[in-house]
Amino acid sequence: MASSVSENLSQTVYELRCNECGKSFGNRPLSACEDCLAPLEVHYDLESVRGRFTRESIAAGPANIWRYKELLPIPAGYQPDLPVGFTPLIRAKNLGKRIGANNLFIKNDSVCFPTLSFKDRVVSVALANAQAFGFATVGCSSTGNLANSVAAQAARLGLKATILVPADLEAAKILNTQVYGARLVRIDGNYDHVNRLCTQIADEYNWGFVNVNLRPYYAEGSKTVGYEIAEQLGWKLPDNIVCPMAGGSLIRKIRKAFKELIALGLVEPKEVRFFGAQATGCSPISQAVKNGWDYIEPQKPNTIARSLAIGNPADGPAAAKMIQETGGWAEDVSDIEIVSGIQELAETEGIFTETAGGVTTSVTARLYAHGRISPDELTVTVITGNGLKTTDALEGRFIAEPAVKPKLAAFDEYLRSLDGTPEIAAEEELATV
Amino acid sequence: MSVKVVIPTALARHTDGQKTFHSEAANLTALLTEFDAKFPALSENVKDEHGKLRKFINVYVNDEDIRFLGGDTHAFEDGDEVMLIPSIAGGSR
Repeated sequence: MASSVSENLSQTVYELRCNECGKSFGNRPLSACEDCLAPLEVHYDLESVRGRFTRESIAAGPANIWRYKELLPIPAGYQPDLPVGFTPLIRAKNLGKRIGANNLFIKNDSVCFPTLSFKDRVVSVALANAQAFGFATVGCSSTGNLANSVAAQAARLGLKATILVPADLEAAKILNTQVYGARLVRIDGNYDHVNRLCTQIADEYNWGFVNVNLRPYYAEGSKTVGYEIAEQLGWKLPDNIVCPMAGGSLIRKIRKAFKELIALGLVEPKEVRFFGAQATGCSPISQAVKNGWDYIEPQKPNTIARSLAIGNPADGPAAAKMIQETGGWAEDVSDIEIVSGIQELAETEGIFTETAGGVTTSVTARLYAHGRISPDELTVTVITGNGLKTTDALEGRFIAEPAVKPKLAAFDEYLRSLDGTPEIAAEEELATV
Repeated sequence: MSVKVVIPTALARHTDGQKTFHSEAANLTALLTEFDAKFPALSENVKDEHGKLRKFINVYVNDEDIRFLGGDTHAFEDGDEVMLIPSIAGGSR
């Protein structure tokens, strides 16, 4: 480690390290190993945290992700001022009844603050580091949730934001980013082109791109989903996690969080199985798991689940390997099943999720149907985004109702026309009340 | 025939600071062989123990992932831009 543990017990000791060759890089805005170009990851000296990261210290913390700041890569002295996360974990009895699950929970990041997706977690950690590294301008490549979150949180921190998007992005998504005052640059190309350009820009400009040169720090924010699940279950781990996969980062970070909690004695050791969810129209990681590959065959995405549509996921090989190690599995579902999943979750649990959540809900149902998850196992399905952002996915699903005259008789007639069984109380019933 | 090769800044330390240079290579395999002679240190960085390009490096030919074009044996054409870039650019939406 770069600094000695014994010298600094009040500060978490962490650094960037290459997952492939093990080379250390200290702490700086860098995402790929300078030798082998493999992704870098934040490694912690857990001994520097032991005794400071306890159930009690966490309970005394704020009701947001910063209650776990001892296990986040936050620079010394940084005072987080971005209220993010600590979203509900709900028992999904109604959905469970429909799909044959007796012990199913939903981690509901469709109501994550401030921009209604789990991206708020990663962006807040990335921007904390952007400030520490002295970047005046931050940015990202994105087609939706990430853009919204970077724009919103940069506004609160007083950072300038430049967001690069594909030129054909829907007007609503552009508006949801521009409203925060971010500079939005439309690039004449698809998402992959935008992303590659951002890598080059980060190489040339002194800007902090949350999902490029700040990526190792950014990705650590995902661990808070895992900490929250464990704490909200009463400091215990579930049997199974079902998690959507785009780049393949979130699912790995939830496992990292669980391992850290075990190592620090906050939960009993348990081998949690991890299940990944993708859309069939972009399923490189699910294909790798199903075929037992340790590599990814890139795909050209074609699905309505655009927030998951990464054809060449950077963390895909590692995610596929990890899922197989835990005894889990991965599944992918069609666009029609995605829409059904959105409606099913809304109708049963009152949660309106985006297309990615439709993927995760449908995959969860299939895992039970195929017997990969047993009905009584404690299972948590992770819902990562809000349906209000992808209402276009439901276009044409509901007919426009006729306007009814503001008369009781007209209303009564309208109800009869629908199902022939008016619900007004009969006179004799009223009389007995 | 000549193609323009573009590499990340991190690797330019092996090419006397050049981030772009020209090559006569006919395909990716030939390009990697050319690295052996011209930039041995670069070669060591981008190739694995089997002499293949490391799995964390993506290659784009004129904006298209080379894996969609046929991979190592895809024939470069005069004026092509061949870009080596860390796969971290897989990114997240």
